[in-house]
Amino acid sequence: MSPTPAYITGMRPQDILLPVAAGLCCKPGGFHIDPVRPVERAVITHGHSDHARPGHGAVLATHETLDMMRLRYGENFAGSTQAIRYGEELRLGDVTVTFHPAGHVLGSAQIAVSCGGTCIVASGDYKDAHDPTCTPFELVPCDVFITEATFGLPVFRHGDAAGEVDKLLASVKLFPERAHLVGAYSLGKAQRLIALLREVGYDAPIYLHGAMEKITNYYVGRGVPLGELRAVKGVKKADLAGTITLAPPSATSDIWTRRFPDPVTAFASGWMRVRARARQRGVELPLVISDHADWDGLTKTIKATGAGEVWVTHGQEDALVHWCTAQGLRARPLDLVGYGDEDGDAALASSEAAEA
Amino acid sequence: MNRFAELLDRLSYEPGRNNKLRLITSYLHRAEDPDRGFALAALTGALSFKHAKPGLIRELIAARSDPVLFALSYDYVGDLSETVALMWPSSLPLPSGERSTGVAQRSRSGEGDLPDRTELTPSPGSRLAAQADLSPEGRGEERRRNDPTPTLTDVVTTLATLGKAELPAQLARWLDELDETGRWALLKLVTGSLRIGVSARLAKTAAAALGDKDPHDVELIWPGLAPPYLELFAWLEGRADKPVNRDPAPFRPVMLAHAIADADFGNLDAADYIAEWKWDGIRIQAVSGADQHGQIVSRLYSRTGEDITNSFPDLLPSLRRPGAIDGELLVLREGRVQTFNVLQQRLNRKTVTSKLLKEYPIHLRAYDLLSDGENDLRTLPFEARRGKLEAFIAELDDPRIDLSATIPFDDWERLSAARKDPVSAGAGLDADAVEGVMLKRRDALYLPGRPKGQWWKWKHDPHIIDAVLMYAQRGHGKRSSFYSDYTFGVWTDGEGGDVLVPVGKAYFGFTDEELLQIDRFVRRNTAEKFGPVRHVVHAPDQGLVLEVAFEGLARSPRHKSGVAMRFPRISRLRWDKPPRDADRLETLQRLLD
Repeated sequence: MSPTPAYITGMRPQDILLPVAAGLCCKPGGFHIDPVRPVERAVITHGHSDHARPGHGAVLATHETLDMMRLRYGENFAGSTQAIRYGEELRLGDVTVTFHPAGHVLGSAQIAVSCGGTCIVASGDYKDAHDPTCTPFELVPCDVFITEATFGLPVFRHGDAAGEVDKLLASVKLFPERAHLVGAYSLGKAQRLIALLREVGYDAPIYLHGAMEKITNYYVGRGVPLGELRAVKGVKKADLAGTITLAPPSATSDIWTRRFPDPVTAFASGWMRVRARARQRGVELPLVISDHADWDGLTKTIKATGAGEVWVTHGQEDALVHWCTAQGLRARPLDLVGYGDEDGDAALASSEAAEA
Repeated sequence: MNRFAELLDRLSYEPGRNNKLRLITSYLHRAEDPDRGFALAALTGALSFKHAKPGLIRELIAARSDPVLFALSYDYVGDLSETVALMWPSSLPLPSGERSTGVAQRSRSGEGDLPDRTELTPSPGSRLAAQADLSPEGRGEERRRNDPTPTLTDVVTTLATLGKAELPAQLARWLDELDETGRWALLKLVTGSLRIGVSARLAKTAAAALGDKDPHDVELIWPGLAPPYLELFAWLEGRADKPVNRDPAPFRPVMLAHAIADADFGNLDAADYIAEWKWDGIRIQAVSGADQHGQIVSRLYSRTGEDITNSFPDLLPSLRRPGAIDGELLVLREGRVQTFNVLQQRLNRKTVTSKLLKEYPIHLRAYDLLSDGENDLRTLPFEARRGKLEAFIAELDDPRIDLSATIPFDDWERLSAARKDPVSAGAGLDADAVEGVMLKRRDALYLPGRPKGQWWKWKHDPHIIDAVLMYAQRGHGKRSSFYSDYTFGVWTDGEGGDVLVPVGKAYFGFTDEELLQIDRFVRRNTAEKFGPVRHVVHAPDQGLVLEVAFEGLARSPRHKSGVAMRFPRISRLRWDKPPRDADRLETLQRLLD
């Protein structure tokens, strides 16, 4: 590593990373993290479409994230790409960048940006809970921690995902003549749910909505064992009794569901912790399984990083900033726009509009 | 408590009646005595203890949470019990190894099932893991044995004897011991607001299914039973004989009528039947009997056997004569029967104020007698029972109870004329509360259920209007992929000419085929979407006209149109009719006068 230039020492954190319209901008490094508009150089935390968008000049991300972008947007989703491994150090302009597992989905990373002795970790989306489909979350000590706040209220405690899987299987057992239709985000949640089902010994074929096949096959190709998977398309209605099908959340209340015998509508999401949210969507079997840290996870992680300053983005910023301040940490909301849960949030937002 | 909490949780989301039944029956099958008995009591509303006030719950959480975080959370969740259940701090001690120096290890992940979780997060997840350390099994039976959580029996029996001063501390202890769902269920239970869409009747039907019994049989013995219903479960599971109902005022399953169609008259002989007015009130059974000390016990039951005595204390003094009357509950003012809309003010009230009793005086109009003193009359023909009823009412001689008059007729034409004009056919000033006529075979025994050809109801033709479909909403359960709930409107004068004003909502009346057609129409003619609601195109030349049938109309300040329909349903799809030709609000307003 070259010696740090004198003008960089004594830098304030906001000189290293600054929220701008396109996203989080690193001027000394010449890149944006998870930009929501096309930029020259993008550094991307994970493959969800609100973080990984097409049209950038150059993209730096983990191998898996790049693959997922390719699957979604085609070969020419960016001018050029560069893959980086967890733990690998890379010099970009005047900063050093390292990627660390975020435990959110396959290939998801926190990005540590170091400059002049100051380390900022942009965690992207993360969780500190069990997930057989991706590398577990790694705690990265830092000076400034940028945290998501999707579930940044103390009412969000996700509990044990295995308990929710038990609940699903108990329902399948109780209603063997009905189909169970589980809404799950197609990147990450679906595969995690399948893996959790397999972990408790459920070995029947699991059916997939067409929109989930590509990503799921990719997971399998990356060595994540998911057991027997079948496309639901073309399967006779009667044959779907007693089975489990995974579908994007938006599909579970649409015409598509008419191919199932008296379906039980489930939805695997951290939002299911709140009853009104589940009811709004007509969910009959809410499964509290989240790929985001819950309140306890967020607060424990923030403490554990040792960061003296916390920047809070997308979600319930107010509550988390309040908590940080009460803990004696400097904290501020980062007013970044354009982030939220993938396909689920649009549906939620529109149903909320109807309520208002 | 956990299993019961899981049941309540599932029930609260389940829209289908049969599925609710399955869930309850399955619970009753798996749960043990006496827990399941108290659960059945909770579902049937048979538990009685002093309920905790929301203020107490607020105080408990205020002492344990940051006020800003509580306010933000409550604002987000919108329900006090749920907010408290979710954010109640876990009582488990934090795992050791929490960060104390400025530098944590680079990675805490690696081996083990829940590596980071147990290190970082004291949540139910880590609780599981922590208990797994104590018992090799971790999950399932072992966990349950080590479970410190209170059982439903603990909760119910403790609450029954607990002093008011001890409640807060006891509640806090339980909340500490339970998980999120358990806390939610506990708070619903102690605040007395289960609201999970399960009627007492449904819960009893689920219990009956446990032993493949007729729900009527459970209903019959129910008044003699008390929580936790050990003898009931013993009978249902074939371990004991049927419990004997020693209740001096038991419910008897009611006899119901079939709707008559024009074609039916050809097969019926007018001479075989007695006709009465069909009153637009509430069918009830008023039962009185002497207990072992000779005290008269009186009860009012709904037609499904729910005990509704407490809602009508003003009728009880009139039920001093032992017997079981089948009749209609009505509101009478100055001797005149009021419409159903008036009676409605007396229904579903938690507390009955003296003002309510005075303004809505209750009355029983009797049309059958099921027992007279000790004598069961149900095996007598209707005509004979009618004679006994007339004598019974005459001897009772009470202004609050009278006889439902019969309608003299020789042939169906005469009866048809009476049905069309109740005023001159004997109903007089009460004609507004008549919704048709009843036909009862003279020789009909009193049979529970809906036996064929014995009793017929011949209702007035419903009111019909043509309205325009304005909004459509997705249904629930089986219908969740269909736009099956429709808001419809009629024309009225607006600022810039005629506008449609919503007058009601309907979600049945159509066939499955018609549902598909409307659904298709909605999807193709959506002007705007608001989540599950679609704004359907409705202009003078564009839109769908629905023929809506309804039973009555009431003024309603709560509705923009000023009217509320009773029992509206879609009777026909008028694809042939342009929306401009649909009815106007004035047509409805004329019905009010």
